[in-house]
Amino acid sequence: MALRQFLDGIEHHFEKGGKFERWYALYEAVDTIFYTPGHVTSTTAHVRDGIDLKRIMITVWFCVWPAMFFGMWNIGYQANSFLAANPDAMMGDGGLRTAFIAALAGNDPSSIWDNLVYGAAYFIPVYFVTFVVGGFWEVLFATVRKHEVNEGFFVTSILFALICPPTIPLWQVALGITFGVVIGKEVFGGTGKNFLNPALTGRAFLYFAYPAQISGDTVWTAVDGFSGATALSVAASDGMAALQESISWMQAFMGTIQGSMGETSTLAVLIGGIALLVMKIASYRIVGGVMIGMIATSLLLNAVGSETNPLFAMPAHWHLVVGGFAFGMMFMATDPVSASMTSTGKWIFGIFVGLMTVLIRVVNPAFPEGIMLAILFANLFAPLIDYFVMQSNIKRRLARG
Amino acid sequence: MEHYISLIIKAVFVENMALAFFLGMCTFLAISKKVEAAIGLGVAVVVVLTLTVPVNNLIYNNVLREGALSWAGLPNVNLSFLGLLTYIGVIAAMVQILEMVLDKYIPTLYAALGVFLPLITVNCAILGASLFMVERDYTFGESLVYGFGAGLGWALAIAALAGIREKLKYSDVPEGLRGLGITFITVGLMSLGFMSFSGISL
Repeated sequence: MALRQFLDGIEHHFEKGGKFERWYALYEAVDTIFYTPGHVTSTTAHVRDGIDLKRIMITVWFCVWPAMFFGMWNIGYQANSFLAANPDAMMGDGGLRTAFIAALAGNDPSSIWDNLVYGAAYFIPVYFVTFVVGGFWEVLFATVRKHEVNEGFFVTSILFALICPPTIPLWQVALGITFGVVIGKEVFGGTGKNFLNPALTGRAFLYFAYPAQISGDTVWTAVDGFSGATALSVAASDGMAALQESISWMQAFMGTIQGSMGETSTLAVLIGGIALLVMKIASYRIVGGVMIGMIATSLLLNAVGSETNPLFAMPAHWHLVVGGFAFGMMFMATDPVSASMTSTGKWIFGIFVGLMTVLIRVVNPAFPEGIMLAILFANLFAPLIDYFVMQSNIKRRLARG
Repeated sequence: MEHYISLIIKAVFVENMALAFFLGMCTFLAISKKVEAAIGLGVAVVVVLTLTVPVNNLIYNNVLREGALSWAGLPNVNLSFLGLLTYIGVIAAMVQILEMVLDKYIPTLYAALGVFLPLITVNCAILGASLFMVERDYTFGESLVYGFGAGLGWALAIAALAGIREKLKYSDVPEGLRGLGITFITVGLMSLGFMSFSGISL
């Protein structure tokens, strides 16, 4: 094929001694996007398998798409519904985005196209900035430190973009992904060598540095002057009854609610997540553990009850559909690098995430959402969990003789 | 009872000695290369804290604070300026005793901790806990629970850090950051994870 010939033709420029030696990482990245790498294991013992890191990462990337497209539609749906009900409201933040929406579509909340265009006007710039800025750091580190540009960044970038609210300023997006990629991952040596999930590290950094643009009631819908609380903060301030009055469980499950761009629809997340589970890319142990931890903790808190804190009464099936629980469980907790590695460890890790999520949501009044911090917290203890699992395995085997 | 439970949760997670107050950093960074040694040191800190905080509490309430000496017929005496000296003296004595006990009964742990065991004496987390106890005016029972909780939180943090550092052995850290540099970054990121508890008021 012409492309293969072209790549082979220019390869010698990038190899040691060639004139573009410095940019080998970039050449290698382009080459392996189009073709399977030619490297093979040279030592004797190895496992032969059709799956490699690249395929895993690209599959995860595709599996996020249902949530991404639904998220775009939902941004538009939320905004257009509000605009339809309030004819005086200003569309978006004016400027380029408004011009783009006005040029391509109207503001009819029942039209799929109108909603998608509106959402794309908000999601695409965020994703673009994430990709370009994060990609810049990735390539810079790869070039200077001579490691490969890794497809893991595809996953990090899309996950990071999807857990931002639609109205987030683009410079914050750039700052967040910079922190996530550089401090969360590259200082440790790149993909597979970090201990925290890079997308979540960046999101948590923004969350603590600029709380006004990433939490509260006004950031979730891309209409000027809009104010609408997320399901979790409604439940926290007014109780379950008020929440059920404003949205039904089915609505929350389908995802036509306020929230970060990609996390609202439990259904869309589950479609991608179950595909990952079936392909054995996401660990069913972690997902199962998170579910068990979440259900057990919420049942316990339901039983304990509280007069002053209405979130104690939130049942497990509501915890599943509101906020970013499903998204975090399927795509973030299952990150093979920052989660526990051992089989037993994965169960414990998952249960820990589920437990912490519900605890932070219910007990901590400072943060309405818990899954992000719960996963980060569990990431810290993942190596320790592995250590104890391995120690107990060693002990068991010694006892067996 | 409920009061004590919330006090212990607060001491372990919300006000974690190592990751919220950054106390006891020298040993925290130095002994966290291996999980086993880290857990050993963590246990030592738990023991020392559980002993020294209540003992210092007794001394403070019965000897040092203003009017505490009224049982001896001296109601106007205020010895609280001797506080720092007394607390550190008590801590040094406790550590000496602990050292002898470890040397006698768990020599492997004694060898593993090496010079850092006597250094617990000057571990700021230990003195810090006693000073917090005075500042917050804990009762004897509270100071016992608080000492145990503060030690447990510190032990948990150092064990987690050691786990992470054992994993980071396989990382490819830039040369200039190897060793302490990357450990500081790691501790910072850990503290970000522990932020999940900030804001809980118990």
